[in-house]
Amino acid sequence: MNRSRRQLCIGAAYGLGAILTGFATNASWAAKGPKKVKVIKIEAKKFVYTPNQIVLKQGVPVVLEFTAIDFMHGFNVPDMHIRADLMPGQVTRVTLNTDTAGDFDFLCDNFCGSGHETMNGRITIKA
Amino acid sequence: MTDRRNFLRLTALGGGAVFMSGLFGHALATTSDQAGSAAGYDDFYFVQLSDSHWGYTGDANPDAANTLKKAVATVNQLEVKPDFIVFTGDLTHTTDDPKERRKRMAEFRDIVSALNVKTVHFMPGEHDASLDNGTAFKEFFGETHYTFDHKGVHFIVLDNVSDPGARIGDAQLDWLKNDLANQAKDARIVVFTHRPLFDLAPKWDWATRDGDKAIALLMPYSNVTVFYGHIHQENHHMTGQIAHHAAKSLIFPLPAPGSQEKRTPLPWDTSAPNKGLGFREVEAELKESHYEITEFPVTKG
Repeated sequence: MNRSRRQLCIGAAYGLGAILTGFATNASWAAKGPKKVKVIKIEAKKFVYTPNQIVLKQGVPVVLEFTAIDFMHGFNVPDMHIRADLMPGQVTRVTLNTDTAGDFDFLCDNFCGSGHETMNGRITIKA
Repeated sequence: MTDRRNFLRLTALGGGAVFMSGLFGHALATTSDQAGSAAGYDDFYFVQLSDSHWGYTGDANPDAANTLKKAVATVNQLEVKPDFIVFTGDLTHTTDDPKERRKRMAEFRDIVSALNVKTVHFMPGEHDASLDNGTAFKEFFGETHYTFDHKGVHFIVLDNVSDPGARIGDAQLDWLKNDLANQAKDARIVVFTHRPLFDLAPKWDWATRDGDKAIALLMPYSNVTVFYGHIHQENHHMTGQIAHHAAKSLIFPLPAPGSQEKRTPLPWDTSAPNKGLGFREVEAELKESHYEITEFPVTKG
């Protein structure tokens, strides 16, 4: 076997191994069952998010579903490096990484009027 | 004016602080373009007022109807008239009613017309401009971003509030880039903004979403200083060689960045009215190319 053919075979073996490993991983994951994604609906309206105190369990996948009522409010979680514009008339979905426990403050970062400075909330991820 | 070299001295009522600074060491420009270079620089001072929030009513300042007027009177009593005055935003307190917004701007304009200084520069804060993209502000005070030159210093007024999302925006950044292209790398440049250009406290919305782009454009220039408002207190911060100085407000002080859970105004102190409020004079000096800041209370004596 010349050198190039030998490398090709080695590469093929690695590729097959990767596929099998991936299959095994998926099989294991399938046996346990996928973690169910928790969906939390949040309304954004001058000058409050409802709810604005969100308690989550660490490691549980979460999607926040925002509905903005009266303005293109913002949603910013600086410590998670997440932000989104919340367009009125449509649902805005934000996926949260809940791997790290702690308190994470969020705020509206699109100036929306006289109560803008108080439009905020907190996400608490419990271990 | 006294000889105050190689430092910024920051004084306030009842105390003060001294910050050593070697920020502005420089070599004179070799270009013959006087307006765009470090040459042709002359001593002068200006006054910065900020965040008067005209129209505010609330417990944080029971004297809100008078604070701005008192500050105007105090500025008029300065022994030496400043070359100019700049208001760094939030001239008025926000209102959802466009008619009321204009009423407040008209009242503010009437009050500050009593200033006995010929040149007054205005810029908006988010309370003035974010709900209508600066429309009312422009009707009363003109453009929201512009430049001017004074005694060898190039002043740049940046608008980071007309976009409710606190963006300067690509168009204005292009404008800034083109303006800076006409300046020598050691030109004296002073930038006025309302919000901080850097991430001071994003949790409290004390940031500019694309402020890093403006700072990147300014970074090649060796003599840049930024004066801003928004946070209602003195704050001094460096990004590289660029100094950023926040001013006190003329309505109510806010807590130090991140010092408490909420950015609620500090309570009015009946034993010390106007505590934490004030304005500043900024002295630009010839030889060392630095800015001396002196803080003043709302009322004199």
